Amino acid sequence: MKLNRRQVFALSAGAAVMAVAGIRAVPAHAAAEDTEKRIMEFTGGKTPESGKLTLTAPEIAENGNTVPVSVNVESAMAGDDMVESVIILAEGNPNPEVATFNFTAMSGTAAATTRMRLAKTQNVIAVARMADGSVFMDKKEVKVTIGGCGG
Amino acid sequence: MATPKPRVKVPKTATAGEVIVLKTLISHDMESGQRKDKEGKVIPRQIINKFSCEFNGQPVFSCDLDPAISANPYFEFTAKVTESGTFKFTWVDDDGSTYTDEQKIDVK
Repeated sequence: MKLNRRQVFALSAGAAVMAVAGIRAVPAHAAAEDTEKRIMEFTGGKTPESGKLTLTAPEIAENGNTVPVSVNVESAMAGDDMVESVIILAEGNPNPEVATFNFTAMSGTAAATTRMRLAKTQNVIAVARMADGSVFMDKKEVKVTIGGCGG
Repeated sequence: MATPKPRVKVPKTATAGEVIVLKTLISHDMESGQRKDKEGKVIPRQIINKFSCEFNGQPVFSCDLDPAISANPYFEFTAKVTESGTFKFTWVDDDGSTYTDEQKIDVK
């Protein structure tokens, strides 16, 4: 195979990126089972259903240091139809926990937004626990261009 | 690190029973405990680990933060207001210090 000038440039740039990525790779990343364990702790052993909870995060995050993330749970926030807490987990981070939101009847709605760090492209998971004990889950894959765990 | 400075955005007025949006930001490095300094030593973790919001002494919203929260932690959440009063915001640092801010709201 004969390479022309343009292909040679592309190849060397690719190799440079790989080298940098290799150095930056952090060895200890939370395995999926760690995340699973954390979800079970939060739900008290219940398997979360889908629905009610919406997790909003960008499809592609250029900078892993600040990735906006929102959660919203459909709920009247009164009586039994009440959201107690929502936990946000990131599967590919050194520790899966990101944040736990605790709502009250005075919150009015179960919606909150914050900004998180993501080490690499990974699934972000949100789990909501309702006052009546039911649990809901939502999952989004976020592609991260530059990881945000230092390095 | 300079003393963290909280910034809070609360509407000045609202109608009774309205659900209002509150926005908060505090300047803080949120040192994750994952980074290393020039000598390869791990920089110890120092983050804000708890944020809470109260209205007239009643809890409205709180959050447990982990190192995966970005520097200068930002929160946006809602509150249902039925009477005039004061929102109190509290941030708790890993070193034990707390930072607070208060905002009044006029409910008609």
